[in-house]
Amino acid sequence: MTTPTATAAPYTTIIGLEVHVQLQTRTKLFCGCSTRFGGPPNTQVCPTCLGLPGSLPVMNRHAFDLAVRAALALDCTIAPFTKWDRKNYFYPDLPKGYQISQYDLPFSSNGQLEVVDPKGAFARNVGIIRVHLEEDAGKSMHDEAAGTADTRIDLNRAGTPLCEIVTQPDLRSPQEARAWLNELKLLLVYLGVSDCNMQEGSLRVDANVNLHIPLAGEGGAEGRVAKTPIVEIKNMNSFRSVERALAYEAARQWEEWQATKAELGTTPKQTRGWDDPAGVTRAQRHKEESSDYRYFPDPDLVPVTVTAAEVAAARAAMGDPPTVLRKALEAKWKISAYDADVLVNQGRDLVAWFEELATLVGEGKVASNWMQQDVLRTLNERGGTIGEFPVTPAAVADIIGRVQKGDFDTSRGREIFAAVLASGRPVADVVAGMGIAAVSDDDLVALCRELLAANPKVVADVRGGKEQAAAGLIGQAKKKNPNVNPAKVRQICLDLIKGM
Amino acid sequence: MQPLDLSAVDLVAAVRQGDVSAVQCTEAFLKRIEQVDGRVNAFLKVDREGALARAAAIDARRKAGGPLGPLAGLPVAVKDVLCTADMPTTCASRMLENFLPPYDAEVVRRLRAADAVIVGKTNMDEFAMGGSNENSAFATVHNPWDLTRAPGGSSGGSAACVAADMAPVAIGSDTGGSIRQPAALCGITGLKPTYGTVSRRGLIAFASSLDQIGPMARSAADCALVMETIAGHDAGDSTSLPHAVPRYTELLEQPLTGLRIGRVAAHFAEGLDPEVARGVEEAFAAFKAAGATIHEVELPHAKYGIPTYYLIAPCEASSNLARYDGAHYGHRAEPGKGHRAEPGKGHRAEPGTTFDSPLAEMYCRSRAEGFGPEVKRRIMLGTYALSAGYYDAYYAKALRVRRLIRQDYLDAFQQVDLIGGPTSATAAFALGEKSNDPLAMYLVDMYTVTANLAGIGGISFPCGFTKAGLPIGFQLQGPALAEPLLLRAADRYQRLTDWHLRRPKLPA
Amino acid sequence: MSLSRQDVAKVASLARLALSADDLDRMTGELQKIVGLVSQLAEVDTSSVAPLAHPLDAENVFRADEPQPSLTTAEALQSAPRHDGECFLVPAVLGESGAA
Repeated sequence: MTTPTATAAPYTTIIGLEVHVQLQTRTKLFCGCSTRFGGPPNTQVCPTCLGLPGSLPVMNRHAFDLAVRAALALDCTIAPFTKWDRKNYFYPDLPKGYQISQYDLPFSSNGQLEVVDPKGAFARNVGIIRVHLEEDAGKSMHDEAAGTADTRIDLNRAGTPLCEIVTQPDLRSPQEARAWLNELKLLLVYLGVSDCNMQEGSLRVDANVNLHIPLAGEGGAEGRVAKTPIVEIKNMNSFRSVERALAYEAARQWEEWQATKAELGTTPKQTRGWDDPAGVTRAQRHKEESSDYRYFPDPDLVPVTVTAAEVAAARAAMGDPPTVLRKALEAKWKISAYDADVLVNQGRDLVAWFEELATLVGEGKVASNWMQQDVLRTLNERGGTIGEFPVTPAAVADIIGRVQKGDFDTSRGREIFAAVLASGRPVADVVAGMGIAAVSDDDLVALCRELLAANPKVVADVRGGKEQAAAGLIGQAKKKNPNVNPAKVRQICLDLIKGM
Repeated sequence: MQPLDLSAVDLVAAVRQGDVSAVQCTEAFLKRIEQVDGRVNAFLKVDREGALARAAAIDARRKAGGPLGPLAGLPVAVKDVLCTADMPTTCASRMLENFLPPYDAEVVRRLRAADAVIVGKTNMDEFAMGGSNENSAFATVHNPWDLTRAPGGSSGGSAACVAADMAPVAIGSDTGGSIRQPAALCGITGLKPTYGTVSRRGLIAFASSLDQIGPMARSAADCALVMETIAGHDAGDSTSLPHAVPRYTELLEQPLTGLRIGRVAAHFAEGLDPEVARGVEEAFAAFKAAGATIHEVELPHAKYGIPTYYLIAPCEASSNLARYDGAHYGHRAEPGKGHRAEPGKGHRAEPGTTFDSPLAEMYCRSRAEGFGPEVKRRIMLGTYALSAGYYDAYYAKALRVRRLIRQDYLDAFQQVDLIGGPTSATAAFALGEKSNDPLAMYLVDMYTVTANLAGIGGISFPCGFTKAGLPIGFQLQGPALAEPLLLRAADRYQRLTDWHLRRPKLPA
Repeated sequence: MSLSRQDVAKVASLARLALSADDLDRMTGELQKIVGLVSQLAEVDTSSVAPLAHPLDAENVFRADEPQPSLTTAEALQSAPRHDGECFLVPAVLGESGAA
C-alpha cells in the first residue's frame, strides 16, 4: 500500500485526538495509595482502589489543581460547578464495575492549543472540546504463549488520576498530529502536570480519523464533499506510531472508499487497533451493549465549585508555557525562531542551562550554536537529562571565550569540549595538557618560514593572486604542530609572502 | 445485678462503678443468645471468644486504673452490612459468604475505640433490600413477639436481638426505613439520623445517597448514648457532615415545652391498620398532655415516595453492586457447572445467556448464583432505568420528584418542629405473607422512605400494642440535624409511658 | 412504556446476570409490575424542578495529596476467589476491551 503525500492526495485527512495523561500526584485520585510506577503487583492498593465493599472515595486536592492547570494551559474555560459521574461497565481491571469520570458537566471545556512547524510547513490551531478528570483502571496481563492460562490483574494503577483531553477534528495530517502531540506533551511537562512518559503509560493517545473527499460536480463544477466513516485507532505506543497509524489508516480509507464508496453514517463507528510491528490497523470486536455506560452522578462524591478568583490564582501560579517562552528567548537573545523552538522543546531545565551559558558568553547566537551542535548532540548520544550533564555552562563559556580570543579555532574548541567531557577535568587543565598555549607567535613565524621555503609553488600561486592556495599550508603546519591556530598560520604565511 | 434487665445507660454505669464486670455482662448476653437465638435467628455470627477476650481486657484495664471508653463493657450487635476485620461480612448474601474485609467500618472502629464489646453480626435482608428479613440467604429471622411473624427489615436481626434481650444495643442501617420499620415491628427504639451524621465508610452500600447508619435499642436514652460514639465527621467519607457531635445524652434533659408536632392527615388514609391508627392517635394525645401542640401539616408529594424511592435506590444499587462479579472477592461460579443456560440442558436457549467468553460466563453466572431474587430484581430495575433512552423518564424524573419531597418537608418544618405518625401501616405481618409479592413488600416502607429521600432524621419507638400483643411503632421526623430534639421528644414520651419496657415472652 | 421480554434479556446482559428462560419469564412479569408502579411519577409536573441527586448541599470536599499506608498484598488478595500470591486471576481476557 502506498501512502499518498499530503499535497498530492485527492482528499483531506480529518483527525481528532483523545489523550489521557496521568497527573503528577503522589497519591491516587480517591485514596492515599502511591502512584509510583513499577512497584510489585498489588502493593499500592487499599480498600478504596480495590473497590472493596464499603469503601469510599475522597478527592485528591492536588489532582484537581493540576487538572485545572492543564485546562488553563489549554486555554479552556473552567466551569464554576462540576461533578463526578459513574461510567458503568464490567472489566477485571475496573474493580468497582464503574469508573469515576465526568459526563455532562466536565470541569473545563472549549480551549485551544496551536502547533506551528518551525520550518513553516504548517501552523494549526487545534480546538479542545473538553478536559475532564477521571480515574485510571488497573492492568490486565495475559501471557499469550500460555494459551488458555488466566489473566493476571494488578490494581496498582487503579485510581491514578487521569486528565482526558478531547480535541476538535482540526488536524489535517499525520505529521500535524505528531507535532501537536509533541507540543501538548511539552506544555504539560513544562507545567508539571504530567511526566507524559508513554513507555510508562502516563500519556496515551487514541485518534479519530476520516477523509473528506471533494467530488466533481456536474460539468466540472464544484461538487459536494464525501466523508468516509470515522475510525477510532487505539494501541499506539509512541507519537511515531500515531503518525504511522494515521498515515496507514488514511491510505486504507482511501482504498476502501474507492472500492465501496461507503460514507459516514452508513456504518457504526469502527474501532481499529494499531499493530506496530506489522504496520497495519486491524478491526477490533465491536460490542454494541458496551456503549451503554449508564452514566449517573456518583452519590459518594460531592460537586466541586471554582470561583473566578481561584481561576485567576491558578493562572497566575502557572508559569510561562512554551509558546510564550519561545518568543521570549527569540527577543532576549536575538536567536532565530527555529533555534528558540529547538531549545524550548528540550524542556525548562535545558532552557535555564542555555540562559546561564548565554549570560556568561554575553551573546545568544554563539551560545545557541554550541548548545545545539555540542551540548544537545552529546546529550542525545549519552542519554539522560541536562541536570545530569557533566559539563557546566561555565566550562563551555570558558571554551567559547578562548575561541573568541583566538587561542584556537572552533573545531579545536570542540576537541577540547570532548576532552573536558571525557576527563571531567577543568578546561584550563585540558588546554594546557594538549599544549595549546605553548605555541608562541615567534614559533609560528619560524614554522611558516620553513613551510614557505619548502613550498615555492604555493608562494608563486599566492603572488599570482590565488590566496586560497595558502590553505594547503595549514594541513602541513598542523602535522608539524597540532596546536597551531590555522587562521593565524594562514595570516602569517600571507604576510610573509607579501614581504618577500 | 442482672445485666439483661439494665438499660445500656445503666449497664455502662454499672461496669464503670464495678457493680458488674464487662465479662459478666458479656457472658449474660452470650448465654441469652445461646438460649433463644435458635428460635429467632437474629445472628449470622456470634463472636463468643472475641467478645469475652475484649471484655476481659476492659476489666483488666479498669482494675489497673486505666482509662475506660464511654461504652466500656457494653455488648453491641452489629448488622452484617458493616465491615469487620475479625469476622466475615456477608450482607446475608451467598455472594459474600466467604468475604473477610481487611478493614473495620468507621462505626465499628469507633465502637471498639469506645470500649464497646462487639458480640456478633446480625441477620438482615440480603444487601439490606427488603422489609421482612425473609431475603436473607442464610436464615429467616423470627419476630420475638410472635415467632410466626416477620421482624421487619432490612435490619430485622438487629431489631429482634434487642427485642429478645440478646444485646442491649444493636447497629442498623436505614436506606428506606430499614431501622425504623423493624424497630416498630419488634417494639424497640430505632433512630435513622440525618444523612451524613454517621460515617458510611465500611457500610456496604445499597443506595449511597440514602443509606445511613443508626442505633437500635430499647429506649431513646440508650440510642442517645450510642450516638455520642458513632456520630461525627469522618474525613474518609466525602458525604460526612463536618458538624461537631452534640451531647445527645445531656440534651435529653432540656424541657419540651412549646414543642410543635405536625400531623399529616394523609397518613391516616386507606391502608393504615385501625389498631395502629388508634395507637398512633393515643401517642399524639400523650404528647399533647405533656405540653406539646399538634398541628395539621401537608406533605403533598409524600405519596410519590415509594415510586421515587424504587427508582433512585435500584439505580444506585445497580451500580453499587456491579463490583460483585467474582473477579476480586466474593462468589465465583465454577466454570461449566451449576446454573447454565445452554440448549438441551433443560432451559430454552436465550440470546442474553449465551456467553461470549469465559470471562462473560464468569460474570453472568457468578452474579446469577450469588444474588437472591430481590437483589436481582432491583439490579435489573436500576440497570433498566439508567439505560440509554430511559434515564430522563425514570432516574432524572425521580430526582426531580425527590426535590419536591424535600421541599415539602422544608415547608412543613416552617410550621412545626417535628412531624409524627405511624412508622408502619401494620404491626408485624406473618412470615410468607408478602414474600411472593414484591410490590406489597415495597409498600411497607411507605411512611419511612421520604425521610431518606429528603436526607432528614427519623425515630421510631413503641406506642402501644395490638390486641394480638404485637407492638405498634410511632415515628417522629425532624429537620436536618434535629436528632437531639427527636431523641429528647422520644425520651420524654418514654418517661411518661412504659411501652418500651415491655418484653416478649421468650423463655430461656 | 411497556417492557418486553427482549428488553429484559438485554438488561440482564447489561447487568451481567445469567437468566434462564424461566427466570426471564418471571422477571419480565415482575419488572412490568414494578415499572407500572414507578411510572406513577409521570403524573407529577416537574417541568420547573431541578433534579436532586443528593440530599446534602455540600461541595468541595477534598483530601491532601499525602500518602497513606496501603494494604499488604496478602490482605488485598485475602478474599480473592483465585490468585497467585501477587495478582488476582480471572479467566483469560482475550480480544475484549473495556471502555475508552
